[in-house]
Amino acid sequence: MAKESKGTGPQIVIANNLASGRVVFLEKGAGAGSVSWGGLIETAEVAEDEARANELLALAEADVSARNEVMDAYLIDVEVTDEGLRPTKYREAIRCLGPTIRLDLGKQAEGAEA
Amino acid sequence: MYRYDEHDHALVQDRVKQFRRQVERRIAGEISEEQFRPLRLMNGLYLQLHAYMLRVAIPYGTLDSRQMRKLAYIARRYDKGYGHFTTRQNIQYNWPKLEETPDILAELAEVEMHAIQTSGNCIRNVTSDQYAGAAKGEIEDPRIWCEIARQWSTLHPEFSFLPRKFKIAITGCENDRAAVKVHDIGMIMKRDDAGEVGFEVIVGGGLGRTPFVGKTIREFLPKEDFLSYLEAVLRVYNQLGRRDNKYKARIKVTLHETGKEEFTRLVEEEWNAIKDSTLKLPKEEVDRIAAHFEPPAFKAFEDAAPACDARAAADPEFAAWLRHNVNEHKASGYAIANISVKPVGEPPGDVTSEQMDAMADMADEFSFSELRVTHVQNVVLPHVEKDQLPALFDKLTEAGLATANVGLLSDIICCPGLDYCALANARSIPIAQELTKKYTLEKQQEVGDLQIKISGCINACGHHHVGHIGILGVDRKGEEHYQVQLGGSASEEAALGKIIGRGFTGEEVVDVVDKILDTYLELRQEDESFIECFRRLGQDPFKERVYGTA
Amino acid sequence: MALLENRDDGATEIEDRFTLVGDEDALPESGGVIVSLSRFEAEKGALIAREGDLGVWLDSDESPSTIEGDLGSLAVVACNFPAFSDGRGFSYARLLRERYGFKGEVRAIGEVMLEQVPFMIRSGFNTFALRDMKSLEEVKAVCDEVRVVYQPTGDGQATALQRRLGR
Repeated sequence: MAKESKGTGPQIVIANNLASGRVVFLEKGAGAGSVSWGGLIETAEVAEDEARANELLALAEADVSARNEVMDAYLIDVEVTDEGLRPTKYREAIRCLGPTIRLDLGKQAEGAEA
Repeated sequence: MYRYDEHDHALVQDRVKQFRRQVERRIAGEISEEQFRPLRLMNGLYLQLHAYMLRVAIPYGTLDSRQMRKLAYIARRYDKGYGHFTTRQNIQYNWPKLEETPDILAELAEVEMHAIQTSGNCIRNVTSDQYAGAAKGEIEDPRIWCEIARQWSTLHPEFSFLPRKFKIAITGCENDRAAVKVHDIGMIMKRDDAGEVGFEVIVGGGLGRTPFVGKTIREFLPKEDFLSYLEAVLRVYNQLGRRDNKYKARIKVTLHETGKEEFTRLVEEEWNAIKDSTLKLPKEEVDRIAAHFEPPAFKAFEDAAPACDARAAADPEFAAWLRHNVNEHKASGYAIANISVKPVGEPPGDVTSEQMDAMADMADEFSFSELRVTHVQNVVLPHVEKDQLPALFDKLTEAGLATANVGLLSDIICCPGLDYCALANARSIPIAQELTKKYTLEKQQEVGDLQIKISGCINACGHHHVGHIGILGVDRKGEEHYQVQLGGSASEEAALGKIIGRGFTGEEVVDVVDKILDTYLELRQEDESFIECFRRLGQDPFKERVYGTA
Repeated sequence: MALLENRDDGATEIEDRFTLVGDEDALPESGGVIVSLSRFEAEKGALIAREGDLGVWLDSDESPSTIEGDLGSLAVVACNFPAFSDGRGFSYARLLRERYGFKGEVRAIGEVMLEQVPFMIRSGFNTFALRDMKSLEEVKAVCDEVRVVYQPTGDGQATALQRRLGR
């Protein structure tokens, strides 16, 4: 898991909610003392450059320690497509959507809380 | 089957309370994830791609209708309406929430079930032959010994922080349906020259990154020494197993690096020091446990089954189901009925809560309320009156559980793969689905006995090393890619498959299997099975057809 | 760091009457000392002759079989857990107690996780150096949590089997 920004392309921060185990995304407008996590990739803040990516990761990790609601935060590469934001790695895409063999399950069908 | 006494109940209940406390402390931030992780693993709770995953133990694959109904209830109430049967006879739920897992464990404890030690570097579920207690030619019911080993291994104070996971399998038949030769310890029940029943002890089998077929380190172990010998093997392993490299930490590597002779000497030396200790099994306790595995009250029947025969003559679908899914039983007039959980186009081993309830009802009606889970991810009703098979078949058909494909091409072992598992490199289930959709039942019957096994990563939970055709998913430059192996076998003639050449894309791999099957159908002699044909001809004709190098 | 001792009525905090002395360090004038296995092997005669109780600490790759013959001269054997996942110390403690009959103190040091303490007690450890102990109540609660044991060890606790047979 990337602990630092490794690329120059757009990135988001992804993590797991501790109590539910569900995948969560660091949402737009993250700043010191105000960090929120959403259940769908659509609301994720996209860092366009390395500096902001590292900043987002640092905010995420601080939140992990401070509030103990979320864990295992890391950066992933994304691209903007016609269908919206998509991770560039298929493993991360599956994490954001749900099992490919059960399109009726997971975020792809059930929404943010799935 | 085994019934908990007050001590067994107390342990499981205490364990639930303990886990509840540990979860509360984790959620309150009193313990870190690093400290919590080994604790939750010892209760079978993983964190996977989409959610936590809870692996519930089904000891030696045996459960009753009450327990199956509870599994259905848990799927409905705490998960998304389904569960997945695994290659170690357990069940997995893919969507539990951490905060609810203590409640799930409490529900399980009500019916004598748990998730203890289904993960972590400890002794895991002791697995067995799914036909135990029903199979013809069985020396003795191995589940008696599985239960003895289960209790001994549960919260064992010395062996809860082993170098790596530890898997034990025991069979009571020469015809091995439990893959004992690819387990850390495999045991085969047998008779010595005096006719006494004991165990052949095989150590160091395993799949994964460095697969090995196990080696016999003791030809015959008397029953009373069962536990002391296990303890000796584990004590040697706990001290000698590598702690510096996760990929060399299994006992198969320890045995390989130490050498079979020296390893055996160390075990025998340790065993000699403890064999007359309190681990020597008193006959009373063996008898107490054995009493739980007395066969049910079979009616005295002729073996003839006119209702069954008549239906088979009139109904080709029933006849096909009878031929492929039903096995001989040791009691006259009875049969072993397999329930295939491999319907066309569906994820192998997945069952809905409705299907679980239906199977529980069928067990009550047809099989003395007893069911089994197999390491091939199917379910078994072990004791069915032959003349009731038609009625059972009808119920199975209603429930979508009557696919007549046990042992055939579409009876695939498949791990969850990258659709669920955080360890995977590629998806495995879509490959299985495509294969099952491609071939009609008639074609599958023409091909005959064929074991295809698919893993989504080198950890080999899909047992691809011991498939007649094994498929391994890998990540090749960011794309899913598949390697094909041929000639593996998990039976008493255990063998590891060999890769045939460069790998394939997901689209290509189904055609590759097709070419392999065509080659077999063209070259087979008389009624050779696939694996027999392969052993006769070797890899070359198959490779040549696949890569076009003939 | 708290040093706990397991007694019949539960865990209690005790004063450490030993000093853990590094390989290059001078030994104190008097009082109990614990030294590494290699130092013990190099300076055995002097250490045994010295006034004050003697202990040896074993790393996780150092089996107690190496000091079996010397146990009569030792007041304490400590087993180091370099990581809580390294469970070799459990076997070492059982060998010390059940194979070699050692009656002195057997101490768990290093990365000792609270949740492991019940297993350590059953294996033969009677003292524990715990890094982040919050309270003695918590330790006692953890130790009393699971009432039933299946496996016989040297701790004398009645197993489920023994209770079933009325022993």
